[in-house]
Amino acid sequence: MDLDALGACLSTSACVVTQATSGLIVGMLLFLVAAGVTLIFGVLKVVNFAHGTFYMLGGYVAYSTLGLTDSYALAVVCGALATALGGVVFERALISRVYGSNVLMQLLICYAVVLIFDDLVKIIWGPEFHAMGMPPAFQVPPLYIAGGVVPPFYAVLVGIAALIALALSLGLSMTRLGKTVRAAAVNAQMVSALGVNTKLLFAIVFAIGGGLAGLAGALAAPVRSLSPGMGFSILIESFIVTVIGGMGSIAGALVAALMIGMVRGFGTIAFPGFTDGLIYLMMIAVLLLRPQGLFGRRL
Amino acid sequence: MKGRPGLRDAAMAMLALIVVLAIPLLHRSPAFEDFIIRLSAMALFATSLNLLVGNTGMVSFGHGLFYGLGAYAFALTMQMTDLPLPAAAVVAVLVTAFGALGVGAICVRLSTDYFAFITLAVQMLFYSIIISWQSLTGGDQGLRGGIPRREIFGYELTSQLHLYQFCAVIAVFGLLTLRHITASPFGQTLRMIRDNENRASFLGIVLWRARLIAFTIAGAFAGLGGVLAALFVSGAYPELADWPNSGQAIFAVMLGGINSFLGPVLGAMILLALNDVVTRFTEYHGLVLGLVILAFALGLRRGVLDFLRLAWPGHLK
Repeated sequence: MDLDALGACLSTSACVVTQATSGLIVGMLLFLVAAGVTLIFGVLKVVNFAHGTFYMLGGYVAYSTLGLTDSYALAVVCGALATALGGVVFERALISRVYGSNVLMQLLICYAVVLIFDDLVKIIWGPEFHAMGMPPAFQVPPLYIAGGVVPPFYAVLVGIAALIALALSLGLSMTRLGKTVRAAAVNAQMVSALGVNTKLLFAIVFAIGGGLAGLAGALAAPVRSLSPGMGFSILIESFIVTVIGGMGSIAGALVAALMIGMVRGFGTIAFPGFTDGLIYLMMIAVLLLRPQGLFGRRL
Repeated sequence: MKGRPGLRDAAMAMLALIVVLAIPLLHRSPAFEDFIIRLSAMALFATSLNLLVGNTGMVSFGHGLFYGLGAYAFALTMQMTDLPLPAAAVVAVLVTAFGALGVGAICVRLSTDYFAFITLAVQMLFYSIIISWQSLTGGDQGLRGGIPRREIFGYELTSQLHLYQFCAVIAVFGLLTLRHITASPFGQTLRMIRDNENRASFLGIVLWRARLIAFTIAGAFAGLGGVLAALFVSGAYPELADWPNSGQAIFAVMLGGINSFLGPVLGAMILLALNDVVTRFTEYHGLVLGLVILAFALGLRRGVLDFLRLAWPGHLK
């Protein structure tokens, strides 16, 4: 424990900006993944343990697209679209067969998918780490905000993630599809009885969730390295986010993801080596004091 | 032996034990003995989890905590004191039981989904503590330096044969005890809570107390499994208490069957055997294991033993 270091950091604006930026990046990427988990749980009551796999695939598809086309924007789009499609296939072929059955049966199927895709990635892209490299447009000197170093790519990343958060919440509250999704979250059977094709709706929800995770993977690829099994750690963190924020709540996912980002950003200074522990402590505290999560309704 | 299920179970356990102990007398195979040693640890671990999952309806995602705690408590007791091995094992199981009592006291009042998540969180907290408390646990390198193998009753556990016999005896008696608990009135109470907790509550059962006792017992037996695991690897590693390890126990339970007492043992066998066989032929054992699990999950839709019991009712208990 090193609270003096944290105090020293908090007293200089440069350190605050640098740590807050890194926390913001972690939080925003985490939000994109967790939004999918929470959306899928909210509507389908399925805990998607295979969500990290979509994150990984998004990164790898973007990596290959970049190699083929040399266009970073296209790489991100392809990464997101490929995993959106993957989400639909996963829902139709596997998860739809175990709706309503034991949550452990769903866990078993997701685990199988994680194992299979980790090895497929090894076969296609090799077991070694890949680095995607910063897009050339962003290979410029960093911005200096109040003395802190902020790479321009980070600012763009946070901007994109914030836009998506906005689009997601507006889409859920304003559009017809969003209303149907929210209605299905309350009572899917009734929505189906009213003539909505819920099979299609569920597939769309999985497409959005998978696409968001893939987008996060593609966006994160230049900042983090790619490796088989990279979906694993993001999966567990996105669960923590959904639990802290409240299962099914998009706003909760955003707040919780930013909280975790900030704990990661500043916690590394005060408690090096125990930031994970801090996050688990947060999760335990939330579960004990407010089990439904900060923004959740009781199940 | 109708009407005396306790005797029948004991007879079956003794028969199994005699068979397992007789095999090395006829044919020595290090790979097989290795397999049984690992199986005995894993079987105790998975079966104790099923006391919660299958019998009480408590889905714990953090059972690996107690497996890891048992292993660390045992290895540390052996390294730091001069206690004989059985005493150290008892200490480790007691430590784990108290650990489970403490964790359970916090967790058991939460309802199903939240219970699953909080057990996961507590386990990961424990894992983080192991990683960061380097002076005691050796951090992510694990607790090294080996476990002093003191003789017990003229037994030398450095010999693989003796370790094999020791593990087989402990596992069979451990499983028999768990079987006894499952079949006891207390076990019936747990299944009543699983099926209808309101009715159980109206009948005067204090739900949290029954759940806490089940959680403590399950933790203690997982700790016993951890002791065997520590003996096998001659140390203790953080992976024993990590998330994937809890996952292994859950998959063993699900593959074997949650409604059959021996289901988790069968599931542990399937998982370990798959692992051993497949790694011999291909480096992509995750791919094969994943496909097999998918085939089981989508094909049978329940564990193997549960499936067999449904297919031939009356023949298999």
